[in-house]
Amino acid sequence: MRWLLLKDLQILRRSPLQAFLLVAYPVLIAVLVGFAISRSPEKPRVAFLNEVPASSRVSVGTKELPKIGGSNQICKRVECVHVKDHAEAVAEVSSGDVLAALILPADLVDKINSLSTPNPQTPEVEVIVNEEDPVKARLVNDRINSLLAQANLVIARQIAAEGGKFLGLVLNGGQFSVLGQTIQILGLANSAHILEALRPSLPPGPLRESVDQVIQFTTLARENLDTAGPLLSRLAQPIAVDKQVVNTSTPPLEVFAIAVAATFTLAFVTVLLVAGSLALEREENAFPRLTRGLVSRSALLTEKVALGVAVGLLVTLLMLAGLAIFVPLHWGRIGLWLLAIIGGGAALGTAGAALGAAAREVRAVSLLAFMVTLPVAFLSLIPSGTVGPGLYDVIKVIAAVFPFKPALDAMTAALDPGGPSIAGALLHLGVLIVAYGLLARVALRRFSAV
Amino acid sequence: MDAGSGTKVAVLEARELVKRFGEREALRGVSFEAAAGDLVAVIGPNGAGKTTLLSILAGISKPDGGEVHIPEGEVGWVPQQAALYRRLTVEENLLLFARLEKHPDPRGSVEEMLELTGLGERRGEIVARLSGGNQQRINIAIGLLARPSVLLLDEPSVGLDPRQRARLWEFIVALAAERGTTVIFSTHDIQEAERYGKRLLVLADGEALFDGSTEGLRGVVSEEAPEAAGLDFETAFVAFLHHRGH
Repeated sequence: MRWLLLKDLQILRRSPLQAFLLVAYPVLIAVLVGFAISRSPEKPRVAFLNEVPASSRVSVGTKELPKIGGSNQICKRVECVHVKDHAEAVAEVSSGDVLAALILPADLVDKINSLSTPNPQTPEVEVIVNEEDPVKARLVNDRINSLLAQANLVIARQIAAEGGKFLGLVLNGGQFSVLGQTIQILGLANSAHILEALRPSLPPGPLRESVDQVIQFTTLARENLDTAGPLLSRLAQPIAVDKQVVNTSTPPLEVFAIAVAATFTLAFVTVLLVAGSLALEREENAFPRLTRGLVSRSALLTEKVALGVAVGLLVTLLMLAGLAIFVPLHWGRIGLWLLAIIGGGAALGTAGAALGAAAREVRAVSLLAFMVTLPVAFLSLIPSGTVGPGLYDVIKVIAAVFPFKPALDAMTAALDPGGPSIAGALLHLGVLIVAYGLLARVALRRFSAV
Repeated sequence: MDAGSGTKVAVLEARELVKRFGEREALRGVSFEAAAGDLVAVIGPNGAGKTTLLSILAGISKPDGGEVHIPEGEVGWVPQQAALYRRLTVEENLLLFARLEKHPDPRGSVEEMLELTGLGERRGEIVARLSGGNQQRINIAIGLLARPSVLLLDEPSVGLDPRQRARLWEFIVALAAERGTTVIFSTHDIQEAERYGKRLLVLADGEALFDGSTEGLRGVVSEEAPEAAGLDFETAFVAFLHHRGH
């Protein structure tokens, strides 16, 4: 078997394009995935005009909020292009240099401050959007809406807190500062106490009945306004989020992306190489000569799978080493990496052997390998909930029958220190190795036809 | 039928071979034997069963009936299309198969075959760059690596030009004459069979019509198809097949 393995490696070495692709492919994938997961998405360019006077502050009760329109928060989410005036903002958007413009008008703070007065006005910010690129325009809209929602929430919380203080004054009394003067507020509770103290000195009659009515009103008002405090605080954020994580085994996105890239590489290298080299035996008419007694069919299949695993292991490790430049990988888990690559490679290789035995010609095999591997790999990446339950069950079955998904699971488990055990995925791969090995062995009978 | 091996000891013996492919019978009770140094041509039209017979003798396919006896020695098999790796060199091909044959001295046997085929100077060349004739010589050399006592060649001269063909037959005839190798080859070229085959086995529609010498076949042809007696041998042979209902 070792001589056949040596022969296949010699043939591989004699195919410069194939050898180049085997090396170039993982390096290219590693660079692409590395850049994708190590760089944040490109920020959309937005013109930003802040006309709010520098000294203006939003005041809620006795408290002043930080300076509004400080561009730091906004410019964290978009690439800010500072403009001088409204006309320049419009010009920037019209020319397409920026996707949108955000203008904070000069009266914004005054209008916000008016919310706590008897004559509230509606504060507005101006957004000018260039919808030439609908995807980016939507992104800009989403980010501006998110920023405004956060700003509204901060203000609403302050208003609710100040409202709560006023309510406390009405209920319990206290001191209140207005126009530089301090006013003593009696409060409902104190009013009731005074009236209750006064009541016994009043003669029975209409005056006493009127005082009783006022006492009753203050009692009822106190009891009911007590519930208004919590209600006011909930008004700022009526719906709270209670997030519960059900599947704690989900790997970090970076790890999953690396596992997908590595499994894609392993799948294509092993399936194509094993299927192609097996079909080559037929194409070179060597199969009958070999199996006349020189090599058994099972040994030939084993040799092809070993070739696929060996090359797949080398190429996948090369790719992981390339990715390690961009993302820190846990090299201490290399034992598990090797297990995942060898197990996944063996299962993918036996599937490749079954394809190679079925198709027989190298070109047909290559086409078949792409036609099978690519869609199954994509199906394996479809998350639950994105398609109907019935269709997802079908996809799950297809993904379980082909070795890509269990190979991906094994790779993810090997790469993720906080992930689940690799044992389940390896067991799944073991079952598939046996199944595809038998299938390939049966399909090889067709090779015998001279 | 004229059994041609005379009193020689048979090294290969096939009895009542039957092979079916679905409804079609590719071989219908073909019996045949060959002795050491015999050079037997299996001739017949397309679909006669020549390749099927050689495949069974080589052990590549199993007969549905009958039996094959190969008392001693290996059977070398040279398929119609060269069974070798075109991206390997001449030497790498020979060395690979010598190792797979578990030859005690693989490199020695490679040197021997390179000398025998006259390809020593081209040992380092990629096979794909060689002519069809040279590829066929390597194909035959691979079949000889195990020093077989019987060599089976399926239409060995197909696709070769006259000069390559002459060199090939010189090589094959020498194998039988000098090494005592039993050579059984198939062809549908009557003149080639007549010229190089010491014995002829005529197959048609899976049936053995004749087994004997060239002279014996000429006698049978002139007897069964007298109208073609004055014509060339190929025309007379076709007339003979017509008379036999093929």
